[in-house]
Amino acid sequence: MKPESEAELAEMVRGAAGPLALRGGGTRTIGRPVAGELLETGGLAGIRLYEPGALTLVAGAGTPLAEIDAALAAEGQRLPFEAPDMRGLLGTQGESTIGGVVAANASGPRRVQAGACRDSLIGVRFIDGAGTVVKNGGRVMKNVTGYDLVKLLAGSHGTLGVLSEVSFKVLPVPETAASLIVAVSDAGAAVQAMAAAMASPYEVTGAAWLPGTGVVLRIEGFAASVSYRSGKLTDLLSGFGAVEVEAGAKAGPETGPEAVAARWAAIRDVVPLQGAAGDLWRLSVKPSDAPGVLARLGAEAVMLDWAGGLIWARAAEGEDLRARLGVPGHATLVRAGAETRARIAPFQPEPAPLAAIAAGLRAKFDPRGILNPGIMG
Amino acid sequence: MDMPTPDATILAGKERIVARLAAVLPADALITDPAETRAYECDALTAYRCPPLCAVLPRSTEEVSAVLKICHAEGVPVVPRGSGTSLAGGALPTADCVILGVARLNAVLEADYQNRFIRVQTGRTNLSVTGAVEEEDFFYAPDPSSQLACAIAGNIGMNSGGAHCLKYGVTTNNLLGVTMVLMDGTVVEIGGAHLDAPGLDLLGVICGSEGQLGVVTEATLRILRKPEGARPVLMGFDANEVAGACVSDIIKAGVLPVAIEFMDRPCIRATEAFAHAGYPDCEALLIIEVEGSEAEIDEQLGLIKQIAAKHNPVALRESQSEEESKKIWLGRKSAFGAMGQINDYMCLDGTIPVSALPLVLRRIGEMSRDYGLDVGNVFHAGDGNMHPLILFDANKPGDLEKCEAFGADILKLCVEVGGCLTGEHGVGIEKRDLMVVQFAPEDLEAQMRVKDVFDPKWLLNPAKVFPLASSAGRRAA
Ligand SMILES: Cc1cc2nc3c(=O)[nH]c(=O)nc-3n(C[C@H](O)[C@H](O)[C@H](O)COP(=O)(O)OP(=O)(O)OC[C@H]3O[C@@H](n4cnc5c(N)ncnc54)[C@H](O)[C@@H]3O)c2cc1C
Repeated sequence: MKPESEAELAEMVRGAAGPLALRGGGTRTIGRPVAGELLETGGLAGIRLYEPGALTLVAGAGTPLAEIDAALAAEGQRLPFEAPDMRGLLGTQGESTIGGVVAANASGPRRVQAGACRDSLIGVRFIDGAGTVVKNGGRVMKNVTGYDLVKLLAGSHGTLGVLSEVSFKVLPVPETAASLIVAVSDAGAAVQAMAAAMASPYEVTGAAWLPGTGVVLRIEGFAASVSYRSGKLTDLLSGFGAVEVEAGAKAGPETGPEAVAARWAAIRDVVPLQGAAGDLWRLSVKPSDAPGVLARLGAEAVMLDWAGGLIWARAAEGEDLRARLGVPGHATLVRAGAETRARIAPFQPEPAPLAAIAAGLRAKFDPRGILNPGIMG
Repeated sequence: MDMPTPDATILAGKERIVARLAAVLPADALITDPAETRAYECDALTAYRCPPLCAVLPRSTEEVSAVLKICHAEGVPVVPRGSGTSLAGGALPTADCVILGVARLNAVLEADYQNRFIRVQTGRTNLSVTGAVEEEDFFYAPDPSSQLACAIAGNIGMNSGGAHCLKYGVTTNNLLGVTMVLMDGTVVEIGGAHLDAPGLDLLGVICGSEGQLGVVTEATLRILRKPEGARPVLMGFDANEVAGACVSDIIKAGVLPVAIEFMDRPCIRATEAFAHAGYPDCEALLIIEVEGSEAEIDEQLGLIKQIAAKHNPVALRESQSEEESKKIWLGRKSAFGAMGQINDYMCLDGTIPVSALPLVLRRIGEMSRDYGLDVGNVFHAGDGNMHPLILFDANKPGDLEKCEAFGADILKLCVEVGGCLTGEHGVGIEKRDLMVVQFAPEDLEAQMRVKDVFDPKWLLNPAKVFPLASSAGRRAA
């Protein structure tokens, strides 16, 4: 099924005889496989409103992310949260839709400074499991009118409702950006270096550690300011290892803006862990816990983002890395064979009282249990 | 303001309920003397008052849980309270309720600079959170004007904002985790020092739920390193429209100030007389603040001044010293107080798309003439969150009603132009009956379902947020 309008979508959900497998672009195949009739949102496409002077954009949930990025870029603006392109990692095809981004609360390296997808999301329209159209939030960035279902829907993977329209607060693209690469080979030192950078007043908008490369930091802003802060950070971090600055203001493919953008796109899309078989895990922890967790995981390949708060790990098929977490946080099994995903819950099971609340919410929003049933375990 | 009839059984059972509470609380944590419960009869929306059955001031999550278990068993409504500075009547008691105040839960539990968070008990005041980390050059970003008095508890309850949220976001964007007690006494931990939820984003819906889903006793908050410096610039314009256009141009140019505050003439005059901030006498005033090193500030302010120059400002002054900057902000933060010196006032809080600003200000002016009540406008211009202050005389019969009708008309206008009823103060009782202007019955139904799950007996903070008619069936059940 592929509705062309919100009304048609509501009609289809209302009339559904059984479970529905919801799909935007089909690029983020996270969670347990869903058995159900395919319902695609691609027909609900198009930017409905864009006011650059108000930093707001409203679009149909099926709008390709690329279309939104292009429209924003034309006005020198962007979505703040840098949604990863998961195709390389998950081996999926197709075109990511903005509704899929929201349903997965997909957020990239800028998460540490600009917040997650849910932090930029200011409004939703969705169809609940009974086929009723619901709106929450709106098109203004300050809004506390009633409960914040906007946040609740972000990251709900379709289980509370099928998104039909989403609104965002957007931000200007800074004049330029630079990367700092600090030669650090040890995870413990890397996390300390990133903590020092994040605790500085120099507004770091990305902090990752790639074994073999080192700590990579990003600074964005007006050219003079970026160069000033690069200098300050170089001084601050030189004790951790040699610091190399890849500066966007300089021309040339090796050190210019393209190089900086490409480096961060690769971090965003987890390129270092692509291209090899095995299970893929994504762990969210307190940054200073990351080195200990890495030691326990015994993974085949790892990288850190979010100043150490986000661990990407590739492990042998079927190993339960969650069991080795050992600290507060959570682990998501992002990629694994069907057999493993049947045995190990892709999403971290929650303590009983929270699981009961989540189940209660799903039962209220989707009484028939037809929206992506079981996808979140 | 309609409130549900107090439950006669509860009123009659006061002695037993109080005795049960006394059994689980230290003597000084239970307030039953009518002379003392009066202190809890209202919040900052003082037009509405009602003393509670009794008030409790627990000192631990365990005590909160013990109180809630008893109230749950007895079917007694509970109104959570931080500092009682809500402007929406969010903490207004009912005669048959227990006020649960968290003011004595005010400890700092952990300050972690390496991971940039602080864990506090929620009775701690907003400003004292920053106070606790200031020595290390950190701060907690959301800064409501009431920050000296208001508590983190109420900030979470209302998802409060502040002058600097254009850059740093509001409470929900700076909240990492909570310890919360459900109405049946169950203690839950949601989130923590790590980012994002493993499953559904419960934290996201708890923040801003106005004390209706649980009592939050502890919070993990994001703290940030202070910028190297900050400097505001003042600009005066001879028309509101021009100031609005200037804001839009600044945003479009790619400069993102930490704050863009707007005041109109009535507000400027009152504030200047009260706080002597050195504001120019003009139709519309903008306070724009940027952050960074000296050179970075110079660069950004240079750009901003260039843009402003195109709009022919009647005044343009950059702060020359730390002291002057403080004075400029003191003026803005005391704007409400200054208006209060002139008259009683009602402070509204609707948000509009910034493009609708000139239209909305014009319409408010027309309505002001029609109602015969003066109004001053002070607001967060970068994000369209308006605070029209309607002046009235509480001693004049009929003036409050007239003021409320005027306020309702302004809020309806906000919704009509694509905005909302409240940008940061919350719905409470004040905007409860206007919710139908912004939301269809299905939209409210979806929100009420969330309450059904967290608080099936609808005992927490009764008669707030949802129109009484919409929630009647659930409250009776
Ligand atoms: C002069 C003045 C200026 C103000 N300026 C601003 C401003 O700039 N920005 C802004 O956003 N607001 C502002 N406010 C409004 C008010 O200060 C905020 O709403 C504030 O967050 C309320 O905090 P409080 O501790 O006083 O909460 P209270 O008034 O006690 O309660 C507020 C709400 O939170 C709930 N609540 C309280 N404690 C808990 C708890 N432990 N668990 C769950 N729910 C709880 C209550 O039930 C109530 O619904 C201003 C108010 C005044 C009087």
